[in-house]
Amino acid sequence: MEAAVFIVSLVDCCALIFLSVYFIITLSDLECDYINARACCSKLNKWVIPELIGQTLTTVMMMVSMHWFILILNLPVAAWDLYRTCRGWPHRAWAEKPGLQGAELRHLRYVKVPLGNMGVFDPTEIHNRGQLKSHMKEAMIKLGFHLLCFFIYLYSMILALIND
Amino acid sequence: MSAPGFTNRNTSTSAGYNQNSTPSSAAAAPAYRNGTEQSYPAMYPPTSPYPHPPLHQTHSGPPPSKALTNTGHTTNYFHQQNNQHLQPHLPQHHPPPTVAPPAVRPPHPSAAAAQQYTPALPTNALYDPPPQQALYCTPDAYYGQQTYHAPQAQQLQHQLPHQQQQQQQHQPPVNGVGAPLYPIVSYPSAPGSSQYGTLRSSQSPCQAPGAVPTLVGAPLHQHPQTSADTSSLPPAFSTTAVQQFCGAPTTNQTSPAYNGTAHHPADQPTSHQRHYDQNNHAAALYDPYQGVPYGNMTADGDRPPSGSTTTSVHSSPRHQQGMHYGYDANRSGSLACEPSPATGPSDSSSEEEEDDDEDEDEEAGGDTSSSTTGSASPVPNNFDCLEGGSYPDSIAPSGDMPNHSPPYNNYGYPGMQPAYQQGPASHGDSSPSHALYGQQQPQQYAQPFPNMSTLSAALGGLSGVPELELEALMPVNLLHERSLLPDRPLEAPEPNLSPDLRKVNCSPQTFRCTLSSIPQTQALLNKARLPLGLLLHPFRDLQQLPVITSNTIVRCRSCRTYINPFVSFLDQRRWKCNLCYRVNDVPDEFMYNPVTRSYGEPHKRPEVQNATVEFIASSDYMLRPPQPAVYLFVLDVSHNAVEAGYLQHFCDSLLDNLDKLPGDTRMRVGFLTFDSTVHFYNLQQGLSQPQMLVVSDIDDIFIPSHDSLMVNLKDSLELVKDLLGALPSMFRDSRVTHSALGPALQAAHQLMAPTGGRISVFQTQLPSLGAGLLPSREDPNQRSSSKGVQHLGPATDFYKKLALDCSGQQIAVDLFLLSSQYADLATLACVSKYSAGSIFYYPSYHHVHNPAQRDKFRKDLDRYLSRKIGFEAVMRIRCTKGLSIHTFHGNFFVRSTDLLSLANVNPDSAFAVQMSIDDSLVDSSLACFQAALLYTSSKGKRRIRVHTLCLPVVSQLSDVFAGADVQAITCLLANMAIDRSVSSSLGDARDALLNAVVDGLGVYRNTVSTLQQHGLIAPDNLRLFPLYILALLKQKALRTGTSTRLDERVFAMCEFKTQPLQQMMRMVYPDMYRMDTISDQGSLHLNDTVVPQPRLLHLSAERLSRDGAFLLDCGSVLYLWVGKCVNEIFIRDVLGCPNYASIPPNMTDIPELETKLSERVRAFLDWLQDNRAFSCLFYVVREDASAKLDFFQNMVEDRSEMGLSYHEFLQNLLQQMSK
Repeated sequence: MEAAVFIVSLVDCCALIFLSVYFIITLSDLECDYINARACCSKLNKWVIPELIGQTLTTVMMMVSMHWFILILNLPVAAWDLYRTCRGWPHRAWAEKPGLQGAELRHLRYVKVPLGNMGVFDPTEIHNRGQLKSHMKEAMIKLGFHLLCFFIYLYSMILALIND
Repeated sequence: MSAPGFTNRNTSTSAGYNQNSTPSSAAAAPAYRNGTEQSYPAMYPPTSPYPHPPLHQTHSGPPPSKALTNTGHTTNYFHQQNNQHLQPHLPQHHPPPTVAPPAVRPPHPSAAAAQQYTPALPTNALYDPPPQQALYCTPDAYYGQQTYHAPQAQQLQHQLPHQQQQQQQHQPPVNGVGAPLYPIVSYPSAPGSSQYGTLRSSQSPCQAPGAVPTLVGAPLHQHPQTSADTSSLPPAFSTTAVQQFCGAPTTNQTSPAYNGTAHHPADQPTSHQRHYDQNNHAAALYDPYQGVPYGNMTADGDRPPSGSTTTSVHSSPRHQQGMHYGYDANRSGSLACEPSPATGPSDSSSEEEEDDDEDEDEEAGGDTSSSTTGSASPVPNNFDCLEGGSYPDSIAPSGDMPNHSPPYNNYGYPGMQPAYQQGPASHGDSSPSHALYGQQQPQQYAQPFPNMSTLSAALGGLSGVPELELEALMPVNLLHERSLLPDRPLEAPEPNLSPDLRKVNCSPQTFRCTLSSIPQTQALLNKARLPLGLLLHPFRDLQQLPVITSNTIVRCRSCRTYINPFVSFLDQRRWKCNLCYRVNDVPDEFMYNPVTRSYGEPHKRPEVQNATVEFIASSDYMLRPPQPAVYLFVLDVSHNAVEAGYLQHFCDSLLDNLDKLPGDTRMRVGFLTFDSTVHFYNLQQGLSQPQMLVVSDIDDIFIPSHDSLMVNLKDSLELVKDLLGALPSMFRDSRVTHSALGPALQAAHQLMAPTGGRISVFQTQLPSLGAGLLPSREDPNQRSSSKGVQHLGPATDFYKKLALDCSGQQIAVDLFLLSSQYADLATLACVSKYSAGSIFYYPSYHHVHNPAQRDKFRKDLDRYLSRKIGFEAVMRIRCTKGLSIHTFHGNFFVRSTDLLSLANVNPDSAFAVQMSIDDSLVDSSLACFQAALLYTSSKGKRRIRVHTLCLPVVSQLSDVFAGADVQAITCLLANMAIDRSVSSSLGDARDALLNAVVDGLGVYRNTVSTLQQHGLIAPDNLRLFPLYILALLKQKALRTGTSTRLDERVFAMCEFKTQPLQQMMRMVYPDMYRMDTISDQGSLHLNDTVVPQPRLLHLSAERLSRDGAFLLDCGSVLYLWVGKCVNEIFIRDVLGCPNYASIPPNMTDIPELETKLSERVRAFLDWLQDNRAFSCLFYVVREDASAKLDFFQNMVEDRSEMGLSYHEFLQNLLQQMSK
């Protein structure tokens, strides 16, 4: 059981590492002018939700299997992802109005993202106010974090396998 | 406001990524080229760069000097007004449109077309290149965006249904139920049903239920009018107009003939224009694009490309020995600078700018600048024969150049007059291009590299002008000083440069930096707590603009900077880029100076003498053939719109301005109206009256007919006029209250996608139907709440996405909002914001009840319709290595770190950018900024306008303060505050503005000022800073406390983002003058009028007096406030009324009286008016009139419900500073 949890976490973590690398590559492509902002943002926005799911999955698994240390390690990152990604119903009172539900449901809304933006990465904003840099920084930090997690999971998995 | 306030400058200390590492960021100019077609051969024969004939054609006889030269110059380049002047003259120079008869279908299109065309190349082909007309002369969609080489089979498939449909179609009875005045209405329907089921009759505006078939998912692409005349062949032609420039004189290097007056059969008209045509284009080919099957060209889409290619003959001057000049002095440090890799990685995605292609092309195309030695490379050269081999002696002056100071402005316009006054010189054999320069002064032999010495002087001597600096830094105690305003409106501070550099620097109206001395490091900038940014107005109407046509546009091989006055020539064959410090070669072509017509003086080329130049771009800068001018008008015709009554005014204005719309013979227009349905108008040539096509399926909008909705204005002029005449009455009885703006915009986008162009949307209410419908978000009770204003941002991303789609297809959307109720401008504005459009807002527009807005609408429309326009534009802003752009403000889409995509560019919009300093600028003493705007003119020419600004770099905080430009800082802060209020909250933004002043003045007091004074002190050049910030806080955009409608607030924000600096400063802090005591003292003499220059007054009621009359200039409105006890003479002489009581309450004009006083006032008013693009409204406000509220709202120094008085504000500042 222990081992299974860590094996799944390991796979999940690998996926997240790849995702972070993909983010970094795409953002640096944008920085170097190889792709345009619109293409870049639509590429990246696609992966915001999968990233959240991946991160939440590990966190939940750690919570269920009662690995508190790893849970505490994961919790802030998961919370950040959630904060950045999830819908902000409370602020969107007008969206409750009938007739708008359809249109509303088509687009996912974000807490941190202004209503008119096209997602976490917005092509019209990404070059402003150093957003590109901060996105890049975020991706870098996540990469580091996932790498750290990777080795922790690997160690724990081996430990769990030996204990079994 | 400083770093913590507005800016999230993440000077990232960590990461291994470097924002500055954009090796290939290259050109401002995506080489617009289409796939395999290697080069669209030069569209313009070198001899015909001007669409218009200048006013004065001949040079026989000395022209009347100055006046003539001026008009001549201004004629050149698309000054709107001049264009207007010119329009009437045009027809006589135009060859009649050569529309090929449809029956003629030559077997070999290109060859035959060439034959067809050649007769149309008489001398006046020079004036108006007919290719443009020919290129796009079909009303068909001429270039499908997907591919230019659509497979033939596909083409045929396309055609078949069309033809079938054509057969099926029946023309509706012209004299149907409706009044004959009205266009015929049809409801496009499923294929089976009859296409013109009902006619919309004026008596029964409601649609018959059976008449609107359900169209769900069955868009019918019907082509009601693809009739025979669409098959009119676009005449493909290819002229290989070889320009043999063989006539240059061989003997007159020392005294070249002034051949401005020479007799040239063909090129006389252009010869007195400033046109540096040193083309040695050997071949100027008109590539017939219609030879390529574009999109769904119906009749002749299957033609093969004509296959004409450019034989690019490039030049290489004769190899010359001994051309190394001994200017190695400032090569010392420079050579060490890295020659960075020239091209970017090759995997750049194709939709991005084609810089790499460009590079390759230049290499392939024989760019001769690759050799690193000073001698010319042995390239096969036709230069000799082309240029007449006239320069062997001209390169001589290496050693014995006179060393007097460089004639920086020598070559300017004044220098041209003597040329004109010369009698006709016999200069029989000079080539056309020479003639263009003939008028230039020959005596400029001077010194080989003037820039060198000046540059090195500038490099060293930044200590510069100490007294200026001291003056700027002189402390002013704001609490004591009562009168801070200068007598005349503030000028931009002069950067502390050597006089020579200062002389050539870019005009502050075009390019302005908040700090005219750039701090060396980010740390220093942070310490100064002043924002660093640029304010640009790149496309403004210019009086003079050197236009350069040349084969190779000389650019840095590494950073793609255009050569500019601030580069340094290391020796005659090499120049060092002033942005990246790479050493480049001077191409051979550049060695020849067309101005002096001498060889070996690259530093005297116009590019190196002017900070603002315009290049005629070659086909390298085209991704597709230059688009024609295409205008689509999208009009709201719902009940609300009819009530507002704008339609009549719009139609009248457009009718008046139809001939002034910028464009050539290919110009196309279209109309689209919408209420709860979308109506298209078939204006195909040949119809007896316009046809209306109604699409009621707004959930899945489609275009009912592809080729007859956007029509050539020239061909369908009568139909367009008919439509405009009929439109206002057509919808008079409309009862439809809904507005399907979203679907209408989608339709407009589809309609324009193949060409790009301009969509002008007129909207009068909140969109309530279909995609993009919006809820009302404004709560009128919250209008004056100080808690913060909600809903400043968009409610949905629909309009933003649409704008980005439009921007991608080179479509700009201009929004005219004429609503009396909340229409959610915050959301709607997105459609213009990101597609580089402009936004106009007329709150509570009503044609009867609100004459002020009506007049403004009319005046704005007149300007809007006739102003210059550039299509498919991009602008790149480059800056010296170490600086980078951090945030952009304005209407555009930022495509990459320094590239702005502007679907349209207009002369009235400005931009701002915030800069950050990534790397220390210790090594450089000058910082340069270059904005290059690549656009297609309305005449179908690709042009690049380049502005370069050079500023000194300083290391002392005091120098930074000495160079601060208070107006630019205010404007940039306003832009930042608006961003802040949208992303955070209005309160934050206001706090940040306040902090900006507190920080700025605090730093000055604590570090720069030597006097330990108490009280609030500011450096002299920032003495207006608190005043301007206070005025900003009381602007509609940022004020709290008074009731401000959300839309008006949002509009004010949009204005701040796009207005040029002067206009914006007038809005923020209007200019007030006393008019009743106006005198000629210190007046300005312009031509033959004397313009009085009254003093500026502070905006406080205490400056007003009952016995005076005051003029308030708010940018778009002028108020003349007349006090109760004003001199009777003023009332009589200026206002033409016997006494105060008889002044009419809503007087909007000043009578033209013959009195001295009246003349002065009118001269002054006219002068104010001349200085702005949009004509402004004028009101005479009596002291007791109700309109005085508007007037007193501008008294920003007084205490009001909007905020503190100036004195209180200062006290407040002082309090904050001492905290």
